[in-house]
Amino acid sequence: MPTIEIDDKVIEVKAGSTIIEAADSMGIPIPRFCYHKKLSVAANCRMCLVQVEKMGKPLPACATPVTDGMKVFTRSQFAVKAQKSVMEFLLINHPLDCPICDQGGECELQDIAVGYGASGSRYTEEKRVVLNKNIGPLISTDMTRCIQCTRCVRFLKEVGGMMELGMVGRGEHAEITAYVDKSVDSELSGNIIDLCPVGALTSKPFRYSARTWELIRRHSIAPHDGLGSPIEMHVKGNTVMRVLPREDEAINECWISDRDRYSYEALNSADRLTTPMIKDNGVWVETDWQSALEFAATRLNDIARNNPQDIGVLVSPNSTMEEAYLAKKLAQGLGCGNVDHRLRQSDFRLDSKHIGTVWMGCNISDVQSMERVLVIGSNLRNEHPLLTHRLRKAVKAGAELSLLNPIDDDPLMPVAHKTICAPDAMVNALAQILKAMSVMPRYAGHLSPAVSNLIDKVKVQSGPQSSAQAIAESLSGSSASVDLVAPRAAVLLGNIAVHHPRYAEIYSLGEAIAELCGASFGVLSEAANSVGADFAQVLPNADAMNARTMLESPRKGYLLVNVEPELDCHNAHLAAKAMAEAECVVALTVFKSEALRDADVLLPIAPFSETSGTFMNMEGRVQTFSAAVKPLGECRPAWKVLRVLGNVLNIPGFDFDSSEQVSREIFGGEDPSQLASNRLNNHLYDSGVRDAARVNDETPNILQRIGEISLYQADALVRRAAPLQKTKYAVPLAAYMHHAQLAQLGFQAGGAVTVSQGNGSVSLMAQIDDHVPIGCIRIAAALKETAALGDMFGPLEIKAVEIKAA
Amino acid sequence: MLSAESIAKIDRELAKYPANQRRSAVMSSLAIVQDEHGWLSKESISDVAAYLGIPDIAVLEVASFYNMYELKPTGKYKLTVCTNISCMLRDAHGIVEHLEHRLGIHCGETTADGKFTLKEGECMGACGSAPLLLVNNKDMREFLTNEKVDEMLEGLK
Ligand code: SF4
Ligand code: FES
Repeated sequence: MPTIEIDDKVIEVKAGSTIIEAADSMGIPIPRFCYHKKLSVAANCRMCLVQVEKMGKPLPACATPVTDGMKVFTRSQFAVKAQKSVMEFLLINHPLDCPICDQGGECELQDIAVGYGASGSRYTEEKRVVLNKNIGPLISTDMTRCIQCTRCVRFLKEVGGMMELGMVGRGEHAEITAYVDKSVDSELSGNIIDLCPVGALTSKPFRYSARTWELIRRHSIAPHDGLGSPIEMHVKGNTVMRVLPREDEAINECWISDRDRYSYEALNSADRLTTPMIKDNGVWVETDWQSALEFAATRLNDIARNNPQDIGVLVSPNSTMEEAYLAKKLAQGLGCGNVDHRLRQSDFRLDSKHIGTVWMGCNISDVQSMERVLVIGSNLRNEHPLLTHRLRKAVKAGAELSLLNPIDDDPLMPVAHKTICAPDAMVNALAQILKAMSVMPRYAGHLSPAVSNLIDKVKVQSGPQSSAQAIAESLSGSSASVDLVAPRAAVLLGNIAVHHPRYAEIYSLGEAIAELCGASFGVLSEAANSVGADFAQVLPNADAMNARTMLESPRKGYLLVNVEPELDCHNAHLAAKAMAEAECVVALTVFKSEALRDADVLLPIAPFSETSGTFMNMEGRVQTFSAAVKPLGECRPAWKVLRVLGNVLNIPGFDFDSSEQVSREIFGGEDPSQLASNRLNNHLYDSGVRDAARVNDETPNILQRIGEISLYQADALVRRAAPLQKTKYAVPLAAYMHHAQLAQLGFQAGGAVTVSQGNGSVSLMAQIDDHVPIGCIRIAAALKETAALGDMFGPLEIKAVEIKAA
Repeated sequence: MLSAESIAKIDRELAKYPANQRRSAVMSSLAIVQDEHGWLSKESISDVAAYLGIPDIAVLEVASFYNMYELKPTGKYKLTVCTNISCMLRDAHGIVEHLEHRLGIHCGETTADGKFTLKEGECMGACGSAPLLLVNNKDMREFLTNEKVDEMLEGLK
């Protein structure tokens, strides 16, 4: 390893690293604008010039690789002169509008100008002006301030996966812009605000609302997807003003998704419920906590006294471990075993088969070093916006990504092999992959007889429609480009797989494939605390009802913890019906909601920003956070509400003084991470479901719905984040289908159609989306407009609306 | 829409590069499309981008960087006079003035009849023949004098 000297300090560094990397590791400051450790090197700002011994001119530290014996001076007269000159150039066209710039106080240009620039300016000519661009509802631009470092351009291209910004023009006329009138639509776009070293890109929703030095920074965990990105909430008074990422190389590196960044906008929305409410003869009246709790307790108790199984408890998978655990404990105290957090799951046949808690099967940071990955049933960017970036990194490093999906949405990275088929055909497609793999010489005889028999009759189809053979070969290591004997491989299930009506087969086959080729296997968990709620056993007792059966056979009473039934459950129609028919619905909720119209009592609880708690993310990492602000109005943390409800109901064991006490009880006083690593296990007892007949199924010839949850509809919080709803990523609702399907059904694009599932029907517009396979109609779920429909995946009927002549 | 002829020409260019490096053909593709339409509209740029499978903005970056790509319609004849150092020393500015006078327009403008566009250009790598100009990017007129310019204008009908 080369040894170099920077400012008289000697260090050994990795061959091939640059001077700036060496200096950063030694804590020697070198000013920079364009360089960013996570992006490619552009070396276009020249701010990082340093003196290198025996070199006649200053060299950019970010683009100069170290050589053995190199001597670098960052503060010599020579270096300082170069830095000062560059600073002067950079400031020539930069406006002096710091007092009205949101970046003021956290601006790299300001800081470096103070540290390395001259105290006055010699420039008296006119400064250039660059017209502003409107690049969407999330990012506000002030392009005159731009110093053309191209960090934003490189981020969107390299991390976002799509080049949405570019530098057009040349020299004095160069400017950063999106193409013509396009906006920046990346689901990771907000990160360019953090990257921009000046005030050219700032947060639109946050604009002009606070100064950075007035903000108090409180740590928290993002409450949406299973990644659990560490975030920093910036608070002024008692209001969360904005959210920024905290850096954790193992989880989010230094990024967060737009969902994690902007969902705070919902925290102060007009929808917040701030006082307990009771329905009195069909009219909502505000009340005090005491009466509300007593009302709730009495009603629940009345039902439980008769038959505790008449109660159903539904818990949001975005609730903290403490909240979920107490809900379960409360149910148990009432003698009721009907508790579940898997609200969007519809197939529970594996319930008694899991050996441990299901998780992603590897560490988040392992994803980028995988060499072969098969993702089953996931619209990646939609479900796991930031984790997708890790996959993108793997693919960039040469990994082969294979997809088995019912929709052909572009994950913005090259896909080596894919099978796109109707949801119903996915099981057979998986069986084909397993079959193709099992007959490879190296795996011959490895399958247990039971599994062999199961896939005995499965035919591996060849042709453009089926990539089973190619996927099997890829996973096992052979490939057109690089053959590997033992590739690092992963088989990962996404939300669509988990919501799939035949999840049991998908899971078992996925596991069998992974086991055969030695891949790691797991589920990319949907919500912030899906794994945590599983871990805390917030699941139905052995003979009790799960999230689906609780709605199929309506209960007399429901306890909802942060759930909007028709938006959060698999079958919206069933959920709404069950709530309407129930005698009593007790809802702990952050928001007033149309979806809670049939509730009888609303107890206002604190969202994640106003409570302490714990999430366990998809890799089983336990992350505890405290409240960033005080609860709004009369809101109380849900764990406290549940505790008091437990007290009112006289259930023993509800004397917690803090959420820490609750989590201590969950972990039995043991070390959470230790316990997690003991319990996380994706294997199945007797290899899961082996339902031979259904593996060989031909695709039935009926229209099926693909009811996917769009990125900004996933949970109650993000649904109310107004800026996110305005983005182009939030695709307008319609019945999307392949153009051939549209023609076959005789519809017109843009024409009105009626879609029915079961007893419910809705009117939508028919639209073309060639990413949808034939035989399927893509109609988003988790929307009030489609709440009359049933299963997210299931048969549907569709007909054109006849236009009656007047 | 790219015309069939343009596509055939672009395919010829693409054949020079590895199949997964289609973006390498961006400059020649833009030149081909510009030859056909005389300039590069936003639609043409998007078409090239779509055909090469790269982002629109990446094509616009290239198209806006180089002088010879026209992002606005030009006259039938685009006259680009080099005004860089060698030509300047051989009185290129005199040529520009003469052209401006003859055509009644300034550099960067197009005559009302849509026939001529006058532009200042950068070094064309033919300093030995200074001063010089290019007609429609391809046709170089060297050792210019006012008389030669007049003669040329006569010839461009
Ligand atoms: S907008 Fe900001 S990040 Fe982008 S190039 Fe300009 S200064 Fe750099
Ligand atoms: S940081 Fe090195 S040139 Fe910009």
